[in-house]
Amino acid sequence: MSEPNARQGSPDKEPASEEQANRSAIDNTERAESASVPGGAGPRPTLGRLFLENLWAANTFTVTLLSLVLAMVVGAILMIISDPEVLATYSYVTARPSDAITASWTLVSEAYANLFKGSVFDPAATTVNTALSPISETLTYTAPLVFTGLSVALAFRGGLFNIGAQGQATMGVVLAALAGFLLPLPPVLHLLVAVLAGALGGAIWGFIPGILKARTGAHEVINTIMLNYVAVYFLTWLIVQNGVQDPVRTDAISRSVDASAQLPRLFGDGLRAHAGIIVAVLATWAVAWLLNRSTLGFELRAVGANPDAARTAGISVTRTYVLIMVFAGALAGLGGSQMVLGTTAAALTPLVVAQIGFDGILVALLGRVKPWGVALAALLFGALQAGGNRMQSYSGISLELVTVLQALIVIFIAAPALVKAIFQLRAARTARLQTSLAKGW
Amino acid sequence: MEPGEIHALLGENGAGKSTLMNVLYGLYQPDEGEILVDGRPLRLRGPSDAITAGIGMVHQHFMLVPVFTVTENIMLGAERVRGGIAGFLDRRRARSEVAEVSQRYNLRVDPDAVIEDLPVGIQQRVEIVKALTRDVDLLILDEPTAVLTPQETEELLTVMRSLKAAGKSIVFITHKLGEVKAIADRITVIRRGKTVGTASPEASRDELAALMVGRTVRLTVDKAPAAPGEPVLELSGLFVDDDRQIRAVDGVDLTVRAGEVLGVAGVQGNGQTELIEAIMGLRPVLAGTVTLAGQRIDGWSTKKVLRAGVGYVPEDRSVDGLVKEFTVAENLVLDIYDRPPFGRGLSLRPDEITRSARERIEQFDVRTPSAEAPVGTLSGGNQQKVIVARELSRPLKLLIAAQPTRGVDVGSIEFIHSRVIHERDNDTAVLVVSSELDEVIGLADRIAVMYRGRIIGVVGPDTPREEIGLLMAGIIPDATGGPPDAGSVPDIGPTATVDADPVAVTDADTVSGSGVPATTDRDVAAITDGVAPAAEGTGSEDEKDR
Repeated sequence: MSEPNARQGSPDKEPASEEQANRSAIDNTERAESASVPGGAGPRPTLGRLFLENLWAANTFTVTLLSLVLAMVVGAILMIISDPEVLATYSYVTARPSDAITASWTLVSEAYANLFKGSVFDPAATTVNTALSPISETLTYTAPLVFTGLSVALAFRGGLFNIGAQGQATMGVVLAALAGFLLPLPPVLHLLVAVLAGALGGAIWGFIPGILKARTGAHEVINTIMLNYVAVYFLTWLIVQNGVQDPVRTDAISRSVDASAQLPRLFGDGLRAHAGIIVAVLATWAVAWLLNRSTLGFELRAVGANPDAARTAGISVTRTYVLIMVFAGALAGLGGSQMVLGTTAAALTPLVVAQIGFDGILVALLGRVKPWGVALAALLFGALQAGGNRMQSYSGISLELVTVLQALIVIFIAAPALVKAIFQLRAARTARLQTSLAKGW
Repeated sequence: MEPGEIHALLGENGAGKSTLMNVLYGLYQPDEGEILVDGRPLRLRGPSDAITAGIGMVHQHFMLVPVFTVTENIMLGAERVRGGIAGFLDRRRARSEVAEVSQRYNLRVDPDAVIEDLPVGIQQRVEIVKALTRDVDLLILDEPTAVLTPQETEELLTVMRSLKAAGKSIVFITHKLGEVKAIADRITVIRRGKTVGTASPEASRDELAALMVGRTVRLTVDKAPAAPGEPVLELSGLFVDDDRQIRAVDGVDLTVRAGEVLGVAGVQGNGQTELIEAIMGLRPVLAGTVTLAGQRIDGWSTKKVLRAGVGYVPEDRSVDGLVKEFTVAENLVLDIYDRPPFGRGLSLRPDEITRSARERIEQFDVRTPSAEAPVGTLSGGNQQKVIVARELSRPLKLLIAAQPTRGVDVGSIEFIHSRVIHERDNDTAVLVVSSELDEVIGLADRIAVMYRGRIIGVVGPDTPREEIGLLMAGIIPDATGGPPDAGSVPDIGPTATVDADPVAVTDADTVSGSGVPATTDRDVAAITDGVAPAAEGTGSEDEKDR
């Protein structure tokens, strides 16, 4: 049935049919998942060998890794261009090329070294706290991204494009904060209520486009985008209301969440990592179970892959759409709630959720809309954020470069043909991988 | 290919006919080998090269823009402009060209008609005219008759003959043996991407079929006479709209009894799809009732209808029947995933799903590498078997099968037909909708012909094909002596009865002897219900005895 495509480096060869393309896309994602996990550990020689053989083939894992490399190369060029001193050495590059090379190398290597030291491990660390600090920072940035990433991924698997994770996270942070400083509750209960309030806020904000889609066919992309604005300005308005605004401040900041509603810290008071990351791992597991092992997940995937067939088989597509958006909203709301219940901030400000909703879209794409992939992608983005802070303060590279890096990674991932062409990857049976991801966007 | 020759390319679905022709038309690139035109090798980089080389193609699925007029469609891709740099489209010239070509080859088309308003047969003619305006010498027709009524097919064959007379060569791709024999000068049979033989049109149908599948196949469906029982599905005064809010089902009354196959014949687009979707709760019923075993089911959700014991093989398997990304196992439980043993509460039980999938793959002879293979990787026939396996794996009161063998290879057709008959013999009521007249005739114990949203006749399966063909075209044959006012539904009964009568009379003894009850509870048509299948059954037995 499937003719193995033995031709070298032909990324743009059209598959014989769309089915074939889809099939290889699925094939590939699944294979890559199984290849990257057991292959990485590779206790058995056969598996390890298989892993090596597959490494240079155009599978998901390789493409992702190479996209990262490519993004860093482009990032390096941007650093050089944006640094006037290094750029100056290029004016006499023909005379003394060593100057330009040395200056560029120093700049780029130091920047990336700081990126690493800020996110993973600093060899110069002397105490336990400083040694754990980069990881702690990475985890702090990772936790909310896991939720928003899962939110987008879950909706995507159900055939919906949830561009509204930002708005849902915003509503989540609002309700979580209100519950955090308005309700006088005992410690553990208070936290629980605040977290659930966050989920509820997001769920409501997901329900609206969900029900509109189900009942009227209104496109969820448009509605979620519009609701993002509504949520942000609602937050801005709410902050300055009596009872919400911090009584001792005149600027737009709310009261602080009670200590009883704060997520506990993981590594003691000196480090910012909080229990949100544990909740994030649990949520990843829950979403994975929901998608693959539950009847609801079956419905969701069926509706996502072929709503007509799902409907014909008696699955209520409209009900599923609403449920998907409620779940997706709740996840994003949980992510948002961490922005005040965690250690990032304790009070509402207009920008309290930062970009976690939009970053969630990138995380979901990078994670190939699979729960554990999303978690790993969030970890990468979290690390880039954490490392970017250090890169900015130590190497003077602006934090925005990190955003550019993130964007570049996703662009390369979305254009696998480009990556494959650049690296002349063997077009494996698994060519045409992300077509399934790209379709519809 | 010789000039002025009609060369038929015969093969099962998936044999590689269309792929070969797409290569010839420049859509696909050959990996090896070459194409010779007038002895010169030809390298085609795209359809425009093919057209330049004098090769034109009419695709199975028409490549027309529905909202454009005939002229606009024909000029599309070869637009002529006037007015220099301003580049106005030269519609007038294109229009006269269209008129000229259609005149020359006697292909009547209105150059100003909008494509979407035209019947399929005419649309196809537009495609042919389009190819001819490009001055092609070789015309490829990819399964041109799949969507046509018998009458339209006849017209197409006439057109092909006149093209042949004008010196054009035609490659005619099909898997319908009758047409091949009627028109082809030479027949090439393709199987699994290889030429397995050339035959002359004098070869018998059975020879050709055997060549096609590689073994002898039975083209007729073996079945015992039906023993219809109680009415299971009753439709009365059903009105349904299509997606464009246009009346598609216009007052249909129909009864399907336990243990009989009712075939609905008709050219596609005459309301059959909407009729079935309405029964399944996929489309709102505007008026009238649907009754399943005495219970009103109109207004029920699809899930409820399925749970009430209705099996449904949808007409378009890739759109409505299967989730291609899902595995075979998942597709086999697509409508029962949440019931024990496959689902318990919120959780699925993948082990059970896989185990039962293995059983059913075995039972229904689904050729798949494993139960975990995505169903999209299977061939059309095996995909269809997956659906059939899913629907027949639970106790049914009613089986609705729409185009159950469309795009399915001959071997699978045989298998699916036998399962449908098996289901009937287990006292299930079966409603088969097909645009393949042979299929309806082969399977059905009674045939209802649907035309423009109405059932314009219910006849026995041994009614001559021509008569059913005429009914499908909306012509109620006068020869049968039907009342002239037979246009409205209630009057159809008598017409149908008369149709079947001459047959029934000759076998009258057998009819009473076989003990088929001639039920009279509904209307005159009901008498036909009882008589026709019995007559058919004895007829075929007689043949065998001789």
